[in-house]
Amino acid sequence: MTITSQLSADDQELTIHIRGRFDFSTHQAFRDAYQSVGATPQRYVVDLKEATYLDSSALGMLLLLRDHAGGDKSDIRLVHCNSEVRKVLAISNFEQLFKIE
Amino acid sequence: MPRRLTILIAEDNPADRMLLSTIVSRQGHRVLTAGNGHEAISIFEHEHPQLVLMDALMPVMDGFEAAERIKQLAGDELVPIIFLTSLAENEALVRCLEAGGDDFISKPYNPIILEAKIQAMGRLRRLQATVRQQRDLIARQNQQLLNEQQVAKAIFDKVAHAGCLDAPNIRYVQSPLALFNGDLLLAAQTPTDRMFVLLGDFTGHGLPAAIGAMPLAETFYGMAAKGYSSGDVLREMNAKLKRILPVGVFCCATLLDISLQKGTLHVWNGGLPDGYVIRADGRHAPLVSRHLPLGVVEPGNFDDRFDVVPVQPGDRLLLLSDGVLESRNAQDEMFGEQRLLQVLDDARPSESSIDRIQQALLAFHGQVQDDLSLVEVTLVDGLTLTPAPLAFVGTPQPSPLDWSARFELRAETLRNFNPLPSLLQLLLQVHELRHQAGTVYTVLAELYSNALEHGVLRLDSRLKASAKGFSDYYSERQNRLRALSDGHVCIGIDVSHTDTGGRLSITVDDSGPGFDVERVLQAEYRAEGLSGRGIRLIRELADGFSWRPGGRGISVEFRWDREA
Repeated sequence: MTITSQLSADDQELTIHIRGRFDFSTHQAFRDAYQSVGATPQRYVVDLKEATYLDSSALGMLLLLRDHAGGDKSDIRLVHCNSEVRKVLAISNFEQLFKIE
Repeated sequence: MPRRLTILIAEDNPADRMLLSTIVSRQGHRVLTAGNGHEAISIFEHEHPQLVLMDALMPVMDGFEAAERIKQLAGDELVPIIFLTSLAENEALVRCLEAGGDDFISKPYNPIILEAKIQAMGRLRRLQATVRQQRDLIARQNQQLLNEQQVAKAIFDKVAHAGCLDAPNIRYVQSPLALFNGDLLLAAQTPTDRMFVLLGDFTGHGLPAAIGAMPLAETFYGMAAKGYSSGDVLREMNAKLKRILPVGVFCCATLLDISLQKGTLHVWNGGLPDGYVIRADGRHAPLVSRHLPLGVVEPGNFDDRFDVVPVQPGDRLLLLSDGVLESRNAQDEMFGEQRLLQVLDDARPSESSIDRIQQALLAFHGQVQDDLSLVEVTLVDGLTLTPAPLAFVGTPQPSPLDWSARFELRAETLRNFNPLPSLLQLLLQVHELRHQAGTVYTVLAELYSNALEHGVLRLDSRLKASAKGFSDYYSERQNRLRALSDGHVCIGIDVSHTDTGGRLSITVDDSGPGFDVERVLQAEYRAEGLSGRGIRLIRELADGFSWRPGGRGISVEFRWDREA
């Protein structure tokens, strides 16, 4: 599995771990990671520590997550971004939509 | 479950032939027999058996030659050939394989081993047939897809004509089917002698990526031709894409708005890699992405701030899609920004950077890359392009030739509204003006921006003398406009008959303090820098020009002769 997700003990926060390439091939797995949890978390964390690559369809998937999580009211952190990933996020100015750490 | 096959047995010894034939038909297969290779080929041609048991050594034509011919005749279809042989020498077995043999069986024949081999070959045959069918199906569907894409591209080209992409100062590289990679390149000449260039890159590939391109191109060309500003065009494109695209699909884009008359480049980059301004001496500066891509945010939150960069003839503007930076070689290395910068550094100033980049990519990959887009605009003084035909409203009717109107645009309107396209549409009701529509629009736009920037916003154009001041000027313009709470610009239009034809007079005045006409006129003759071009331009283009008393406004006149 390249994508796994984990709910916090209080069901308030969902953490999604991405391993390897984050591109269109992970589309379904990424959706499942937040759609098939039995709770309604208030906060989301996408952990990109082990993500090696991120393309524009991954950016699209992040927007889908944002939409699912409440759009402008969503609380999503992208954490452990390596410099390559950070660069792709910066070119698209995604720091305006997500907290990038 | 064993399957029944038609099997050809080629064997010159009648006793062996009989024995084998009995074994095989007892196992439920249909048997054909031949006494030599020649007969075997003839039977194969007529009966198309599915498997051949072939003796190696036979009179007339031996099994090796017959096997080769049968494999040839079978073409794409797999017809397994099992050699019947007591040959023990490796050399002979190798000959069997070279002739196309798939397996061997030796005397004495063991019926169980024979049946196992026949069934295994039968399975192989069916598997191969399935693969072949699927391959053909994929090939047919791929061909169909390519045909459909070509037709779709032809339709797209008609609806969203190529604009001025064929202008002598624009060079670009794009695959003919780039549309289906999500890449989009548009260029238009506006009525005010500006050039708009847009490079866009939709997320994803194929139909979903291509489908947003059509409305984007229509908006771009339609609004550019009607004289809307680059900001208007950009906001409308974002709003349209936000409305029609599903969440997760968006368009990274850079929009260039080039005015050589003013010596300005307005650039908005949302999500594309850095573009570059390359100066005549080879120095280059990046055009950086500062915004979210088009189609991501609601119109109310959209950031339409452009960067303003001074430009002059000889400068070149380079835009590229991420296909350039992200293309990978056989070692899975990305071409990357460092290599690109090296190419730009190494290029001779006069040389097209597109050629250099393509050479570098070719050297990097060893083969031509076609999933990327590159465009280079060279700024050339005195290059006159025909703007896209103006969109006229309605069918030809008698012109209104004797009327006047006066518009007073107050602060709130000045902040939020660009009156020029509507005024142009109004003026174009006068058919006699249509052939000089571009000139009228240019003058009108100059008068309006003069009144707004110097009169109402009180900006000092001397700021623009240096490159730093130049960009300060435009950010200050934006700030003051946003904060504007009072002031106005009045535009008076008067169309009337004359002895020989007719005339249009446009008067623009504003709520500003006015200015010392003498001083401005003198300054104007000195002005060789980045300012002072506006007034000169107006005087050159209009048939008549006068200051209003106290420098509070300007009147211009256009005349035409009655048609014979």
